[in-house]
Order: sequence, then C-alpha cells, then structure tokens
Amino acid sequence: MSTMIKVGMADLKVVEFPDALTTLGLGSCVGICLYDASSKVTGMAHIMLPSSKAIRKNENVAKFADTAIVELIQQMEAKGAKKSRISAKIAGGAQMFSFTSANETMKIGERNAEAVRIILKEMGIPLKSDETGGNFGRTIEFFSENGKLIIKTAGKGIKEI
Amino acid sequence: MGIEFDKINNGIILDVLREIGNIGAGNAATSLATMINKKIDMKVPVVKLLDFDEVPELLGGPENVVCGIFFKFEGDINGSIMFVLDQPSAINLVDLLMPRDNSEFDEFTTSALKEIGNILAGSYIASLSGLTNLQIKISVPALAIDMAGAILSVPAIHFGQMSDNVLIIQNEFIETLEAKSVDGYFFLIPDMDSYEVLLGSLGVTL
Repeated sequence: MSTMIKVGMADLKVVEFPDALTTLGLGSCVGICLYDASSKVTGMAHIMLPSSKAIRKNENVAKFADTAIVELIQQMEAKGAKKSRISAKIAGGAQMFSFTSANETMKIGERNAEAVRIILKEMGIPLKSDETGGNFGRTIEFFSENGKLIIKTAGKGIKEI
Repeated sequence: MGIEFDKINNGIILDVLREIGNIGAGNAATSLATMINKKIDMKVPVVKLLDFDEVPELLGGPENVVCGIFFKFEGDINGSIMFVLDQPSAINLVDLLMPRDNSEFDEFTTSALKEIGNILAGSYIASLSGLTNLQIKISVPALAIDMAGAILSVPAIHFGQMSDNVLIIQNEFIETLEAKSVDGYFFLIPDMDSYEVLLGSLGVTL
C-alpha cells in the first residue's frame, strides 16, 4: 500500500517507493519535487521565500529555496539517491492578488520560482517540467512510482506534468 | 532593519495589537451596521500568533475555497490588510446588504464583496490612523476566491520574513435579527520597518 505523506508550509519530506508526497493549497510558495528514477527516492519541499541570506531568522531550512534544495538532496542521498541522477519538477509561485502597479513584495511568487530555477541550475539538477505563475492556488501530488506530478486547482482543472 | 518579530510575542505588545484589532474591527462593524441599517453584534476579537500550518485550519483546511479581499496601504506606515471569509460567510454578508432570491456565488457577489471589503478595511484603517495620528492611505481592493492555503500564503510569506508565526485577528459579526453570522479574519500586515513606527506612535518601544 502506498501512503500519501503531507508536506506542510515551510516543510520538506523524503519518501521511498511506493509512497507519495503532497502539499495542499500552494499560493505564492513553490513546491519543489526531486526524483531519482533509479532508486525511486522522492523528495518535496514547500518553500516560502527565495533566499535565507537576507533574513535574520533563518533556522528553518525548509522555508527558503536555497537551503531547502540543499537539505532535500542531502536527505535523499541518505536514503540511497545519487545527486547525478536527480531531476526536478516545480509548481506554484502564483500571484494571488494583482494590482496594476505591483511592487516587489507583490511579485514574491515570481521571485520564488525564479530563485528555485537558478539554484537548481547552479547545482546541476535538470528541471524536467514546471507549472508556475498565474493567479490561482495549486495542490500537488508527487509519486515515487514514476515521478509523476499531478497539479489540482480550484476550478481550473487537473493537470499532469 | 525591522524588528525581531519574536519580540511581539510578549504580553504588552500583543495587548496593543489586540486593542488595535478591537478598535479597527469595531469601527468596521459600525460601518457595516450603518450600511445595512441593521444591528450588528461583534464578538471580542481573538488575536493569536499561529504556526503556518494552523492558519488555513481556521478556514476549513488548506484546500477549502475561501474569499480574500486584499488592500495595500501607504503613508507614515506601509503594508497591507486582508479580510478573509469562508463562502457561507461571504454569501451571508452580501445577503445582509442586498437581500435577493437566489443566494449563489456569482459575479454580482464578488463585486458586492469588493465594495463591502472596501468599506470594512477603509474604516479599519481610518480608525488605526485616528488612534495613532499616522497618515495612512488605502488602495483599491483586489479580490481572490481560491484555496485557503493559497490565499493565506500571502500573509504567511510576509510574516515568514521575520518569524515562523502569523499574527491573526479573528472577528465575528452577527446580524442579530436574522441571526446571520459572518465570520471574518483580518490580517493587518505592516511592512517590517513599519512596526516600530506603528507601536512607537502608541508609546510602545521595542
């Protein structure tokens, strides 16, 4: 039996086959899903902010894109994944409220997604697919069996990437 | 720059913020009563610091579809204010204002909600301005109807820059005659460097 494990806000988890990971109601946060197809070790992080560097209170590594990805890879390696085999899928980074003169803080979703892309690139993790932006929330489910990512929305349907 | 948000988690400062919420929401309730010409009761607001994961639970869980009305404010202090309510409360609120035959969530409802949100948040901010003697100007409303987790990620991310908690002010309005209850949550989200000005204007030093 496969179990669906919940990842909360500013949280990260690693599971092995046959379990799956989910995070509910992603808004401007980004869900980072990492997968090693050969060991089927699967990880997910629900990050809130792009970087831990500008923030004084940064003990929670799962809150920031930079620290969460590093931690996730470490925990996956501890379960038998190889960094060279890990690939990524990401979703989220919406802008829930739109204003004509959107300032920097309003565009936090976009900045989160951009930071995740840059960090993945720096670490040499290929980004296989992504579904970011827009002005709507997303629930995501990530399966260790095949690395499938299912994205559910309120009124905008279900999609697989 | 800014403050250690954890400093807020002490009795006096939390009391001050509770009082701001009390007066702000009280004024909002009065405006609502005037607008609909009915008596409105308001429960004592609940001010809490919650973990990120606890916040969507207030509104029926992260996937429950709720309504958020969001404003920016600027002036002597900058930040944003958001009023969030679940769908039954949103429909009750519109019904109180404009009784109609079919109570459903249509375009009319969303447009009425923006207007009501405007009045509620406007009087909230006006009372904050009067209380503190600070000049504060509020933006036009932006409305979103989506999963609670997604809507609440907006204040959560903001508070996330300084803490692992979110400060919420919960208000319940009850229209006494028809006993239509409206459960609403205000999130007052001053920018980090505005906390000092806000609390300082009330004689509280951090």
